[in-house]
Amino acid sequence: MKVSFTPGRRRALVALAAAIVAAPAFLVAQGQINGAGATFPAPIYSKWFSEYGKLKSVAINYQPLGSGAGIRQLTNQTVFFGATDGPMTTDQMQAAPGKILHLPTVLGAVVPIYEVPGVTAELKFTGPLIADIFMGKVTKWNDPAIVKLNAGVKLPDLDITVVHRSDGSGTSYIFADYLAKVSPEWAKTVGVSTAVKWPVGLGGKGSEGVTGLVKQTPGSIGYVELVYALQTKIAFGSVQNAAGEFVKASIPSVTAAAAAAVKAMPKDFRVSITNAPGPGVYPMASFTWLLLYENPKDKAQSKVMVDFMKWALTDGQKFATGLGYAPLPAEIVKLELAALATVKVS
Amino acid sequence: MLRRLRGRDLGFKLGTGFFAALLVAIVLGIGFELWRQSMLSIEKFGFGFWVGEIWDPVSGEFGARPFIWGTLYSSVLALVLAAPIALGIAIFLSELCPARLRMPLTFLTELLAAIPSIVYGLWGIFVLVPVVRSFEQSLPASLRALPLFSGPPVGVGMLSAVLILAIMVVPFASSVAREVLKAVPGSQREAAYALGATRWEAIRAALFYARTGIIGSLILGFGRALGETMAVTMVIGNNPQIKASLFAPGYSMAAVLANEFAEAADDLYLSALIEIGLVLFAITLMVNMASRLLIWQMNKPVRAPRAARLPVGAATAGGAA
Repeated sequence: MKVSFTPGRRRALVALAAAIVAAPAFLVAQGQINGAGATFPAPIYSKWFSEYGKLKSVAINYQPLGSGAGIRQLTNQTVFFGATDGPMTTDQMQAAPGKILHLPTVLGAVVPIYEVPGVTAELKFTGPLIADIFMGKVTKWNDPAIVKLNAGVKLPDLDITVVHRSDGSGTSYIFADYLAKVSPEWAKTVGVSTAVKWPVGLGGKGSEGVTGLVKQTPGSIGYVELVYALQTKIAFGSVQNAAGEFVKASIPSVTAAAAAAVKAMPKDFRVSITNAPGPGVYPMASFTWLLLYENPKDKAQSKVMVDFMKWALTDGQKFATGLGYAPLPAEIVKLELAALATVKVS
Repeated sequence: MLRRLRGRDLGFKLGTGFFAALLVAIVLGIGFELWRQSMLSIEKFGFGFWVGEIWDPVSGEFGARPFIWGTLYSSVLALVLAAPIALGIAIFLSELCPARLRMPLTFLTELLAAIPSIVYGLWGIFVLVPVVRSFEQSLPASLRALPLFSGPPVGVGMLSAVLILAIMVVPFASSVAREVLKAVPGSQREAAYALGATRWEAIRAALFYARTGIIGSLILGFGRALGETMAVTMVIGNNPQIKASLFAPGYSMAAVLANEFAEAADDLYLSALIEIGLVLFAITLMVNMASRLLIWQMNKPVRAPRAARLPVGAATAGGAA
């Protein structure tokens, strides 16, 4: 047995090695458009990309790595588009090599979930009460502040266990953003971010982690996305909106929150619609945004993405409800189609 | 012919040498890259990062102490819990077990090591945590007043993390320790019996012979506990605080990385998270170096009276240390 590298074998090995190294570059060159970002809208984005792929035979690939990773990769131009649950900050916008457009795609909402032994009625909350509970200032279920809102419900003398997301998340962003608007103390001591310094409580990883902890821990309260609560059929409470009504999150009440924000909509769509004014509005709601460069290098990919966005904002919206997202109100879609016209495609 | 063989020898030497060098380069590369990417945080916080207790992404203040505490506390307790169990399993399997049972039992412990940690985590949430919660609730108030057991009995927290880590560490430590014990030459035991030793004394002689390998197996388990991410994240409670209580939620370095890395958009925040990685890297390195030192210390020529009792090769124990 003689094992040695004959010239022929060596050449074959070199060719094989070259093929392995070159393969990823070859795949990218096929014209696939890559994007990365928020996990919250990932189900509808993959639905959209697969449906649109059937219509137009274009390949759009989305990696749900998280809003932060999406913004970073978009800024470094390793992906063509990004997606985020919280709008980019002005600093982040300035760090990017070109102007970035925020395009709302669908709406999501956050709902309070709880597990109180002996309580079957749906509980009512106000924003300041939720803030006080999550800051550890209201610690018992029979606290007068909770009893006052829920007349007729027999609340036990039980400690409240607060459960929050341990991972950075758009859900936490919406939740903290709302609490900062209704509680000056929350705004001052905790603030708004995808991950904050939680004053009290346990951290659960992901919606399933939070739900698992809440379901198992008697006397606990947490928050999850409406999509998740609807899919897993968890009971959730209603929250008082800016007009003073107690509203339970539903797809119409979330779309209403966006419609209420139309008048005050800034040109770049970087707006928070939590605690929106008006009747029938659910207060813990938010857009989720897709991020595009206004003047990207690759104009062919830009054309494909603009066409896709036009479809997603019109025909594509019909997929939203089925997946638990609230569709955009028509007024917002009109504004966005105008904004899309500014993206350079040639 | 001879020349070709020599050439082949040289090629073999160079080839294996290259892989060994590659390993060194990878370790150095990881260390350097972690250091480079955490420069922003190192410059801003300096040594304060190691002792700071506040982790606030909103205001941009980062300190790693609660995470360092959580990682070390949970890992040390898990090792304390796992070491006697792992050693017991290893001794039973290599010395006392009937031959018929040995294979299936060995297979089962090794199977335990192959379960992915996310499965341990899910099992932890749905099975272990409720059990721990009822245990916590059943403790009498007098015990609950002790600092070790203070806090609300929610099940999720340090105790659950310690238990799950211990379960994960046992198969690692026990299968390596068993291999080490198996490698002890039969002559060791025979010599002990020949001197009139009882079974227990013969096992003790074998344990003494294999001591460096056994310590190595425990360090391996400790390393696994330090770096364990998913299962711990799911049951530790993810609250960055320093509490001696087993019932209080804590946080670990690996868990905060898994939780917060994806959404960290701000440069300083990301840099601070990478510095957590650097700290974990440094601590793991220190633990390994400490264990090496310990083993070197033990491998020094054995003192005369011991050498007289255990003459054969007692100073050159092998194993997977």
